[in-house]
Amino acid sequence: MYKILKAEKLAANIYLMEVCAPRVAKHCEPGQFVIVKMDEKGERIPLTICDYDREAGIVTIVFQPVGASTTKMTNLKAGDAFRDFTGPLGRPSEFVEEDVEELGKKKFLFVAGGVGAAPVYPQVKWLKEHGIDVDVIVGSKTKDLLILEKEMEAVAGNYYPCTDDGTYGHAGMVTTMVDELVEKGNKYDVCVAIGPMIMMKFTCLTTKKYDIPTIVSMNPIMVDGTGMCGACRVIVGGEVKFACVDGPEFDGHLVDFDNAMKRQQMYKTQEGRAMLKLQEGDTHHGGCGNCGGEN
Amino acid sequence: MADVLKRVPVREQDAKERATNFEEVCYGYNKEEAMEEAARCINCKNAKCITGCPVAINIPGFIAQVKEGNIEEAYKVIGESSALPAICGRVCPQESQCECKCIRGIKGDPVSIGKLERFVADYALEHDIKPAKADRTNGHKVAVIGSGPSGLTCAGDLAKLGYEVTVFEALHELGGVLVYGIPEFRLPKEKVVKKEIEKVKELGVKFETNVVIGKSTTIDQLMEEENFEAVFIGSGAGLPMFMGIPGETANGVFSANEYLTRSNLMKAFDDNYDTPIAAGKKVAVVGGGNVAMDAARTALRLGAEVHIVYRRSEAELPARVEEVHHAKEEGVIFDLLTNPKEIHVDENGWVKGMTVIKMELGEPDASGRRRPVEIPGSEYEIELDTVIMSLGTSPNPLIASTTKGLETNRRRCIVAEEENGQTSKAAVFAGGDAVTGAATVILAMGAGKAGAKGIHELLSKK
Repeated sequence: MYKILKAEKLAANIYLMEVCAPRVAKHCEPGQFVIVKMDEKGERIPLTICDYDREAGIVTIVFQPVGASTTKMTNLKAGDAFRDFTGPLGRPSEFVEEDVEELGKKKFLFVAGGVGAAPVYPQVKWLKEHGIDVDVIVGSKTKDLLILEKEMEAVAGNYYPCTDDGTYGHAGMVTTMVDELVEKGNKYDVCVAIGPMIMMKFTCLTTKKYDIPTIVSMNPIMVDGTGMCGACRVIVGGEVKFACVDGPEFDGHLVDFDNAMKRQQMYKTQEGRAMLKLQEGDTHHGGCGNCGGEN
Repeated sequence: MADVLKRVPVREQDAKERATNFEEVCYGYNKEEAMEEAARCINCKNAKCITGCPVAINIPGFIAQVKEGNIEEAYKVIGESSALPAICGRVCPQESQCECKCIRGIKGDPVSIGKLERFVADYALEHDIKPAKADRTNGHKVAVIGSGPSGLTCAGDLAKLGYEVTVFEALHELGGVLVYGIPEFRLPKEKVVKKEIEKVKELGVKFETNVVIGKSTTIDQLMEEENFEAVFIGSGAGLPMFMGIPGETANGVFSANEYLTRSNLMKAFDDNYDTPIAAGKKVAVVGGGNVAMDAARTALRLGAEVHIVYRRSEAELPARVEEVHHAKEEGVIFDLLTNPKEIHVDENGWVKGMTVIKMELGEPDASGRRRPVEIPGSEYEIELDTVIMSLGTSPNPLIASTTKGLETNRRRCIVAEEENGQTSKAAVFAGGDAVTGAATVILAMGAGKAGAKGIHELLSKK
């Protein structure tokens, strides 16, 4: 069992938990993820790692309830435990392996959308700890949904919050903030964009315009997360890749987002749910009202 | 008096009935039936059946005990060679191993060795007969990676010799392919797999789940930081293969691994579990191996019309004869000499059909089987909502890519000696699908035994 040391609601529908998982905490790097399983009957849920404390053996996860298992997870409190907590999975961000001096010469732009701020945070923090200041754009629908603001501000070189409705920071989508920064004369060598698929897709279209190499983190449907099931396949540069062992980070300019978005809807959209219900008849896992079709 | 040339028939669940449930297909022998079948064994002096068994069970030895009704003694004889008899009795391809060597088979049916093994093992599970445990530990620490058939066998053998063994499993359940791959109706999980693993635990083996070697820690760290003196890699097969045809990333196209994992490991067929499965109304399973049969029979039980699409003819089907027979009985339709060309996708990204082409058999290829050749112009379309690709797997790179000095071959399998599992790295041994590519449970167990022998030879000299 993996004990929960802290459970906090960051915003409406966004939750943070600190979990005791020494093996994961000891080995995880920015860019990697974990798989959690709440109880015997729960799904295996891939979640990005938001922070880690190697000495204390603690890993911080952030999640949004989208299905039956993640909805049940929102009820967990400090003192409760996950039945299973596996990781770190996937490959670390490329920069972790690079020469720090070379890295220092590069200008990074991070673009986070919604809950994507969670996986962006450890990357920005890692770079800060290695003496590299980066620009960070964090977008959300509205002020109340902006998460990890204090933490991000503390590690970012420049921090640019954006809200779609203009209730805080820059008014508009993250892509318009990218435009603004580039038009002001900022030159970027690398962009890292993490968030909902649609946000990553449009960020990539924007950075393509300016010829900024862009890395995205894919979060497709997964089952085992160790390279066994092939559920997480994404098309990158015309080739099929497995997000769990080949990713989750890929060249955003090569990712087929339209295919990825359709695949993500498999158990999620109205159509998908209706189709499942049709196909499965009485065995349909329905009625939770939380399949996440509204996202 | 029964016909001595014929084996005692085994009771099975009715085909129509079982096509709608996940209960075990074969009921196995009872004691009377087992003793009657055992009486057919003529106890050959030069027993060929033993040479057909990858773990060399003393087959005439245990059958002689069954003949006398001494089932506990029979279990001890099997236990000298196999840690998982209730599993092997169910999933071994006996017809191409021990049973095909049986003298009785020359004129009549061979002795039903597999069913007898299963009876003895089930009897031991029911009567809680414990395997013999080592008197004391010898203080040597060994790590085993993977709790599938090769890992469990290696761990069990070493524990009997007094080693302190820890098995690391990547998934949340123990058993590897025995729990994620092979379905409930062929190998019950609670009744058989869990109990067999309990017996390995009783030998003193420790288990740690949720540890992905190569990620959660590495082999080098296990040896340097956690003081394991030797490591056995039994990490199994890896990434599922796809055909590379158009439409393959559509919703409703699954690897057999995914489909079976959802149903077996995550129990998606049971509404009390959260994991969903798109069962499908009309399903094509592409491939002809045991995994394809398992996927087809699972889809059938979830309510679908199921077609096996296989590019060669029935004679070349790699699946066990019994599995093909069971699948047919249950209503799986075989579209043989047929190969997919393209998967058609609707506007929402879901599978709606597949173009296939008829094949004919040409000259034998490298595998010795006649090569299937397309018949030009024979394409036709079938309506479908689900396609399950069961084309085999390629090795998982996680361990090889994170272990210094561990050699892999052209097919990216780990290179290991057959007789003792020794790899290119000192004190690291390997066996099972990670070495051979996808094969059978019993071959993996044989490799686990060889690895245990290799580790014992190394550490007993210390």
